[in-house]
Amino acid sequence: MLIFEHSRSGRRARAQAPATHDELSGIPAHLLRQQPPRLPEVSEMQAVRHYTRLSQKNFSIDTQFYPLGSCTMKYNPRACNSLAMLPGLLGRHPLAPETHSQGFMSAMHELQEILKEVTGMSAVSLAPMAGAQGEFAGIAMIRAYHDARGDRQRTEVLVPDAAHGTNPATAVMCGYKAREIPTKSDGDVDMEALKAALGPQTAGIMLTNPSTLGVFERRIEEIARLVHEAGGLLYYDGANLNAILGRVRPGDMGFDVIHMNLHKTFSTPHGGGGPGAGPVGVSKRLQPFLPIPVVGTDGDQFHWLEEEQLPQSIGRLSAFAGNAGVLLRAYVYAKMLGGEGMQRVADYSTLNANYMLKKLMEAGFEAAYPERRATHEFIITLKREAKELGVNAMDFAKRLLDHGMHAPTTYFPLLVPECFLIEPTETEAKESLDAFIEAMITIREEARQDAEKVKGAPYSLPVRRLDDVKAARELDLRWQPEKTEA
Amino acid sequence: MSNIPENLKYTKSHEWVKDEGDGTVSIGISDHAQELLGDLVFVELPEAGASLSAGSECAVVESVKAASDVYSPVDGDVVEVNEELADTPENINQAPYDAWIFKVKLSDPSQLDGLLDAQAYQTIAEDD
Repeated sequence: MLIFEHSRSGRRARAQAPATHDELSGIPAHLLRQQPPRLPEVSEMQAVRHYTRLSQKNFSIDTQFYPLGSCTMKYNPRACNSLAMLPGLLGRHPLAPETHSQGFMSAMHELQEILKEVTGMSAVSLAPMAGAQGEFAGIAMIRAYHDARGDRQRTEVLVPDAAHGTNPATAVMCGYKAREIPTKSDGDVDMEALKAALGPQTAGIMLTNPSTLGVFERRIEEIARLVHEAGGLLYYDGANLNAILGRVRPGDMGFDVIHMNLHKTFSTPHGGGGPGAGPVGVSKRLQPFLPIPVVGTDGDQFHWLEEEQLPQSIGRLSAFAGNAGVLLRAYVYAKMLGGEGMQRVADYSTLNANYMLKKLMEAGFEAAYPERRATHEFIITLKREAKELGVNAMDFAKRLLDHGMHAPTTYFPLLVPECFLIEPTETEAKESLDAFIEAMITIREEARQDAEKVKGAPYSLPVRRLDDVKAARELDLRWQPEKTEA
Repeated sequence: MSNIPENLKYTKSHEWVKDEGDGTVSIGISDHAQELLGDLVFVELPEAGASLSAGSECAVVESVKAASDVYSPVDGDVVEVNEELADTPENINQAPYDAWIFKVKLSDPSQLDGLLDAQAYQTIAEDD
C-alpha cells in the first residue's frame, strides 16, 4: 500500500509542524502554483508505521546474504556511520569558509592521500558523486589531455565486450565512438583483435581488471604497452577493486586514470540508487585536468583547489565537493582497516569466492571459466539445468529468495548464457557461504522433482513473482489518485 | 530446438535475411536469438534512408535481461522500417520470421552468397 492511499483530507502530523505560516513575497505570480501539491495527508504514527513496515520488507545486507556480483555488498561498519555523523561534521555548511572547515578538509585530504597510495596514482579528486560520474570524469580527462596537445584525430575508445554497459555509454557521452574488443574463451582480452583495433584514432581503452568475468586480465602490462605505443591512454573501471585492494595497484599496471566506487570497495551503504562516491585518480600527465574542487595543503592549512589553481580542470561536477557524508564514511573505513586490513579485504574476498566456486563445482554446477582462478567474484552457468530441467537462472534466483538470500546478479555478463555472477565479499562467514551452496543444491533437487514449484517462486515474500516484462513495456511510475479510485 | 527456416540466410550475429527478389532484403533476428534474449520490451529501429555497411550496428533489441545490437548483414540503404515493432516488440518473440525489423536495398546483391545457409547457422546456434 502506498502512503498516498493512507491519506485522508485534512489529517496532519502536528508534532512535526509548527503552526506558523511564512509569508512568501516577491515571487512573480506566474511562478506560484495554483493548486496545492498532492502530498499524502497522514498522522505521524501512520507515517512511522508505513515506513517501518516498508523497511521490514527490505532485502538488505543488514538482514540477508547478498552475493550480488560486481556490487560488493559488504557489511557497512556502524562506526563509519557514527563518526561520519558527528555533529561538527553534520553541521558544517558546504559554503562555510575554509577556516571553519579545517577538520573536514584534513580528513578529505588524508582520504585523497590514502586512495593515491592504494591505487598507485599520482593525484586524486573526490568530486565525482557516483561511479558513472567518475567514469565520465575519467574519459573527459582523457579527452582534455588529447585536446590540450592538439591531438584531435582520436575518435575511438576501445571497450572489451565483457565491460559494464556504462563503459560504452561513457565513451559516447564524451563524444567518442565505442569500439568493442572481443574476449577469448579463457576470459582474457583477445590480443590480436586489440592490436588490429589500435591506431592513431584510438583515444584510449576502458578496462575492468579483474574483469566482469571474475578473472584477472593476465596480459595487462602488454595491453598497457600497446595502447600507450598507439598514443592512447588507459582507463581503469574500479568496479572490481575489492579483489586487489592492497595487493596490486592499477597505477603499477600502467593505468592513466581510475575511478573508484567507494560505495563498493570502501563499504559505504549503497543499493537503491545511492548516494555513491566515485573519486578519480590519475597519473602525472592527467593531473592538470582533475575535476574541481581538490583539497590542497600548504603543510599547515588546507585549501580548496579551484579553477584558479587548476585552470585546465574539466570543471565542477556538482554544486559542492562530492558526497561529503559518503566520503567521510569511506575515510573512517580506510583508517580502521589500515594498509594491512586492506590486504585482508583482498585476501578474504578472493578466498571466499574461490571457496564457493570450488564447492559449487564439486556439487556439479558448471563454472563459466573452470580453468581460471576466481577473483572476488565468479560465474556459474545454469545452461544445463535450463535445458535438462526446464528451470532457468531466473527461476533459481527467485527460489533463492525463499531461502532467505538475495539472488546473485543474473544474466550478466551477457557473454555467458543463463549465468549467475556471484560475489560473496570478505565480510561473510563460512556458514553463510555453505548455506548458499546448500540452497543451490536443494533448489536443483527440487527442480528435478517438481520443476513447476521452482518456476513459481518466490512463495514467502510480500509479493510473488513480478511481471518484469509488463513493467518494462508499460512504464507506470507516477501515482495518480484517479487510477486508484477507478 | 529453435526454428531455422531453409529459405532464409543467416549471420553469426543471429540476424536472418530474406531475399525479396526485387533487389531488397528483409532483416530480422532469428528464433534462437529471441529465445536467448527472452521477452522483448523495446526495439530501436534504424532510420529509413540510412546508409548501412555490412557489420555495422543499426538497431537495438532490448529484453528484460539485456539490450543487444542488431547488425546489418549487408551494405545498402534502409528502404523501410517496421514501425509496428515500436509498440509491439513482442511480435518478434511470437513470430520472429514474420517480424522483420528493416528492409535494405542491396548495394551488392552478390553479398547474399557470403551469408550462412540454414544448416551452417544451425551449427552456430547449437554451439551457443
